Amino acid sequence: MNVNQPVIEQEEKVEEKQYSYLNLGPTHPATHGIFQNVLKMDGEIIVEAEPTIGYIHRAFEKLAERRPFYQITPLTDRMNYCSSPINNMGWHMTVEKLIGLEIPKRVQYLRVIIMELARISDHIICNTIIGQDTGATTGFLYLFQMREKIYEIFEEICGARLTTNIGRIGGLERDIPQKAWDKIDKFLVEFPIAFKEFTSLLERNRIFMDRTIGCGPISAERALSYSFSGPNLRAAGVDYDVRVMTPYSSYEEFDFIIPVGSNGDTYDRFMVRQEEMWQSLSIIKQAIEKVKKEPAGIFSARTPEFCLPPKEEVYNDMEALIYHFKIVMGETEIPKGEVYHCVEGGNGELGFYLISDGGRTPYRLQFRRPCFIYYQAYPEMIKGSMLSDAVITMSSMNVIAGELDA
Amino acid sequence: MESTSIQQGITVGAKPEGYEGAGFFATSLDKVVGLARKNSIWPLPFATSCCGIEFMATMASHYDLARFGSERLSFSPRQADLLMVMGTIAKKMGPILRQVYEQMAEPRWVISVGACACSGGIFDTYSVLQGIDRIIPVDVYVPGCPPRPEQIIDGILKIQHLVETESLRRRDSEEYKAMLNKYGIE
Amino acid sequence: MEGSTQDKVITALKDRYEDQILHIDTPYDFLTVSLKKEKIVEIIQFLYNHPDTKFQYLTTLCGIHYPELNQIAVMYQLHNLVANQRIRLKIYLPAENPVTPTITPIFAGANWLERETYDFFGVIFEGHPNLKRILNVEDMIIFPLRKEFPLEDQRREDKNDTMFGR
Repeated sequence: MNVNQPVIEQEEKVEEKQYSYLNLGPTHPATHGIFQNVLKMDGEIIVEAEPTIGYIHRAFEKLAERRPFYQITPLTDRMNYCSSPINNMGWHMTVEKLIGLEIPKRVQYLRVIIMELARISDHIICNTIIGQDTGATTGFLYLFQMREKIYEIFEEICGARLTTNIGRIGGLERDIPQKAWDKIDKFLVEFPIAFKEFTSLLERNRIFMDRTIGCGPISAERALSYSFSGPNLRAAGVDYDVRVMTPYSSYEEFDFIIPVGSNGDTYDRFMVRQEEMWQSLSIIKQAIEKVKKEPAGIFSARTPEFCLPPKEEVYNDMEALIYHFKIVMGETEIPKGEVYHCVEGGNGELGFYLISDGGRTPYRLQFRRPCFIYYQAYPEMIKGSMLSDAVITMSSMNVIAGELDA
Repeated sequence: MESTSIQQGITVGAKPEGYEGAGFFATSLDKVVGLARKNSIWPLPFATSCCGIEFMATMASHYDLARFGSERLSFSPRQADLLMVMGTIAKKMGPILRQVYEQMAEPRWVISVGACACSGGIFDTYSVLQGIDRIIPVDVYVPGCPPRPEQIIDGILKIQHLVETESLRRRDSEEYKAMLNKYGIE
Repeated sequence: MEGSTQDKVITALKDRYEDQILHIDTPYDFLTVSLKKEKIVEIIQFLYNHPDTKFQYLTTLCGIHYPELNQIAVMYQLHNLVANQRIRLKIYLPAENPVTPTITPIFAGANWLERETYDFFGVIFEGHPNLKRILNVEDMIIFPLRKEFPLEDQRREDKNDTMFGR
């Protein structure tokens, strides 16, 4: 019951059946984030759903038109806040593409490590929440412990937990410290153990399988028509992964499998994410090996006009101070042009469409937000299913409110 | 105020000031009610964005808000004592937040978690409400973008202090009514 | 391989719609075609079906405001997932009355993207099943992403301009 409730017109014709209307959201315990769905119900069967979004619309695209390029990174943090580093790096790579920066191999591998850690933390949230919504709270409590470990690694690297603002245009702001490496090594040992426990709790659990198989399915054709991407599209059986299709940050050098499902239902989405976490672990291990082969100490392209110099140099070196000032005040020459770059975010193809007119700020920046695009299929996916299935369908789609509403 | 040690590492809460004798303990009702309320706050998480994820971390095993007697989340505003607003509140969301606040029964407390809820944060835009204190009264502000779980816990402790020390008559006072009227709440 | 697909796309487009093409460019290796606005839906349908192009995945859709030219561009970005070829199509509409037909019959996913473009820029997509504001409040009268509208809420009274300006 709220004032913003969209009105579904009552049909004038007197029908034999009477439908009831149910307001799922905007604040509802079972929706993670702020979404409103007005459901037309026949008993417990959903006949029709009318989603309303925009409850945390923050005008990212307008804000981005007023921010210098390096200041947009904190904005991207707050889009898909479950895997902020991927957003940060996606944005950095977009700008690097625009200005034609060549990134050293070591930096690319370091980015891969950070991005894959972020992917794991994103998928942990989604999968444990599916467990939570089906009544298995234990898994949530188990794996959130591991998520804290990932946060600790991020803290060692950049100082923040959730909204990381990690990296800079041209690389990272500092080298990954030894403490972080130690924590990563420890994580690589501890996580598989905890994750296996989680796996054995849910993956072949009869109750869980009965609950999720066939729940909220979507066919590959419909998924493509709705421009799905990421794990949700792969669960429907389309092996589209940006990391493979248009490799960035040297992903072409890594050996990994793209898991695909067959039915596109909740169980498949869950399983695709489960397998992706294992693949991410393997990518991290490969990347660590690759980093070891590269000359140590390189953490940025260090092109003075575009890359912010390290703070020690700013305080001690005249030239670095000048460049720092120039970058911060927007005196650098950013080329004109229009560029699209996409990365495989936690939820799918996260694209940045950037038009630069050579000024301090982007002329137009559009974020291709995977959540926003695939959430519109939600009414179709839950049509004809039970109310409780609608809830786990939503949690298995991993709709992140910040990304949805931008 | 001293705590009695039952076992090593486990302590019970301090008892309020009062008179004690053989078989009786006398203190004011305020203090007893405050003590009881303080350790059994039912929060209503109004999580909209990033801070909500940090709240999940606060609730989860590592930080474990249950240690402070607040593990029972009440998703129904009617039963909740504490409204925890976490994340950006857009103008579209404003009326709903207010409605949730109005639905809560007295006594009710509000904690505003994160820069966005406190002041709009980095989003000085046409669509974002510049701080929830423009529509509802707030008791404790927790800054940070997002605040760490420790900070959220600290905010809860501050609320516990307020709950403990609040006079039973405060909600009937003229000042309180005037304050609510300022927000246009009955 | 990449180049040949791109050439094929350009040839296929030119064969059929030579008169509709304003400009073809490949900034940052991304095929960008500016088109006249009249036949955009027909062209997208053609690109969807043609065996050499098969652009069957809508990556994104957005508007761009050019106040000096008094135009609003609508950008469609399509992807051929089989050949991994991307294309960006642009049409330019007059800012006073931006009207263009919808592409929702071809791509179901265009629904919300078009609503968002309407919300931000006021572009009216004719034939859209449910064209109303999606992210902003319904009673909003401005189209916020047009350049003339300010970012900040003008009704704020708690900010003092004298020290820092807005």
